Amino acid sequence: MTEMMFQDAVREGLAEEMRRDPLVWALGEDLSTAHGGTSANQYLGLIDEFGPKRIVNTPISENTIMGAAVGAAVAGTRPVADLRMADFGMCAVDELVNQAAKIRYMFGGQARVPLVVRQAIGVRKGAAAQHSQSTEAWYVHTPGLVVVAPGTPADGRGLLKSAIRSDDPVVFMEHKDLWGATGEVPDDEGVVPLGKASIVREGSDLTIVSWSRMARLAEEAAEALAGDGVSVEVIDLRTLWPWDKAAVYASVGKTGRLLVAQEAVQVGGFAAEIMADVTEACASALETHVRRIGAPRMPVPYAEPMENEYRVTPARIVAKAREVLES
Amino acid sequence: MSEQNRNEPARILQLYETMCLIRAFEERAEEAFDAGLVNGSIHQYIGQEAVGTGVCANLRDTDYILSNHRGHGHSIAKGADPEAMMKELMGRVGGTSGAKGGSMHIADFSVGMLGANGVLADGLTMGVGAAQAIALKGEDAIVAVFVGDGTTNRGPFYEALNWAMVYELPILFVCENNTYASSTLTRSVTAGEGPVARAQAFGMPTFDVDGNDLVAVDAVAAEAIGAVRGGKGPQFLHARTYRVKGHISRDKLLYRAEGETEENWKREPLGACAAWLAEEGIAEDDIAAARDAAYARIDAAVEAAKAAPFPDASLAYQDVQDLGPPEIWPENLRMPGGAS
Repeated sequence: MTEMMFQDAVREGLAEEMRRDPLVWALGEDLSTAHGGTSANQYLGLIDEFGPKRIVNTPISENTIMGAAVGAAVAGTRPVADLRMADFGMCAVDELVNQAAKIRYMFGGQARVPLVVRQAIGVRKGAAAQHSQSTEAWYVHTPGLVVVAPGTPADGRGLLKSAIRSDDPVVFMEHKDLWGATGEVPDDEGVVPLGKASIVREGSDLTIVSWSRMARLAEEAAEALAGDGVSVEVIDLRTLWPWDKAAVYASVGKTGRLLVAQEAVQVGGFAAEIMADVTEACASALETHVRRIGAPRMPVPYAEPMENEYRVTPARIVAKAREVLES
Repeated sequence: MSEQNRNEPARILQLYETMCLIRAFEERAEEAFDAGLVNGSIHQYIGQEAVGTGVCANLRDTDYILSNHRGHGHSIAKGADPEAMMKELMGRVGGTSGAKGGSMHIADFSVGMLGANGVLADGLTMGVGAAQAIALKGEDAIVAVFVGDGTTNRGPFYEALNWAMVYELPILFVCENNTYASSTLTRSVTAGEGPVARAQAFGMPTFDVDGNDLVAVDAVAAEAIGAVRGGKGPQFLHARTYRVKGHISRDKLLYRAEGETEENWKREPLGACAAWLAEEGIAEDDIAAARDAAYARIDAAVEAAKAAPFPDASLAYQDVQDLGPPEIWPENLRMPGGAS
């Protein structure tokens, strides 16, 4: 194991896949400049090893970054398209949803679209309404796509590898506030399978399901609840579609209580899908109602007091957990 | 199709037959639509046959094309099987896209036809990506993308042209200027001098041709494609033509001036090509035989399509994705004729 920052671990994962398969390449804005990436340094130095045909520094042309990735994927390569942030990913929803997600199906299985699109999610301090959104539910709702939201450096590296090797198009959503976070990364290949959750803390009284950075906050909440003698199991889904139903059902079967925590706006969010599914599938196992926690339905505000009002925090998760435990 | 002997009557006679195949396909598709045999709309290529035919005659099987919503002609010209296409329109087993897509989503990857498209301009962005894949793999192939005049008002048109020039990609952009953007006259919503000037703004070499003159399109496409193959980077071919039919087949053309369609019909490409062939000494019987062969092939395709079965409902579940595919309806919610 080696202690690494998320951005470095994911860059390492990309480099390893590019060494493994000459048809893997990356495209996006600022990939080969001295910054080696946009807000973090996810591509730093890769231009020196792989050259400008495989680390393609693009114009600010989101439609074409995404569309070119689709065209290059159906023509037999494995592109990794970087759209910087989910907010900018909206400029290329057409190419992702109308093309990447549907080409295999609407052409009767003639083609596959083995691409990865990276679009970072989440609030980063002071980034406000257009640089902070968590849009994972949009893509979970779209047939044809796999959606990944890793919450640790090891998962970021290992899931990017699986995403690149997948023949399905994968939306890879890293959290902007995790780029600088550190964690243990295995020294071996460290591939993390798509669709498998990680039980990051075992417990017997309550299951908290989460993903991305919120899974780390859920761990903090679990730690606080442990101080009061409550045993919380925390599941980091890691992949949102397809999500690991077996792991969640098994945990709910054990604890009888479920809380789903997400950073995104609660209304119409992915937590609602998990709640609905578990309510239908695990009715007999549930000792109590399930609950969810997500942000109020408002744009992400700027000033710190208002920004904090938007945030789902460990304290809020704890308070919500008590509702489940006491109901 | 041989790239030699351009303008030779024998070559043009072959291309004339391809144009007739497209014309016959579109006419029979409309009849099938009117008879209730086509599940969705069709966008016909009648009047524009010379463009797709002349361009694709200069492409190889290993080259890619990307098309748009009006893609029947491009598909046939690139070598897709009209019978499979007719089955696709009628939603039958054996359709080019397994009856999953219909008219707007015809594709035949076995001949490099990477798809018609329901969203305008997306063929451009995907086309530059396909060209990038060719460059990355070091293949000896090129990409041709067909767009209409209306699409030159979408943002991705500019992104893709810029992108193609920046990376010096092996790609030909073919702008088929058929005068209309859906039911709007394109020039009434377009500033500046038009598609050629817009392409030139990116420093891209341009060609301008009468898109109803097959012989001229064939010659100009040869030059433009030769430049792409010769490593001279992206080229832009502007073909002036006219959409004889409406935006879709049931379009009543209420937006057209009286006599406009009839006046333009006098310039349709098949008659002009037949006259050229006769002038070059091809026997009238041979010209008629080419035309008859095309119609016979399409008539047989229609009969084969009508005789083909509809796909089983369970096929709807196939080819969504490997991971997390859809779950079939539970038993109590299944409908007669549905998947089980």
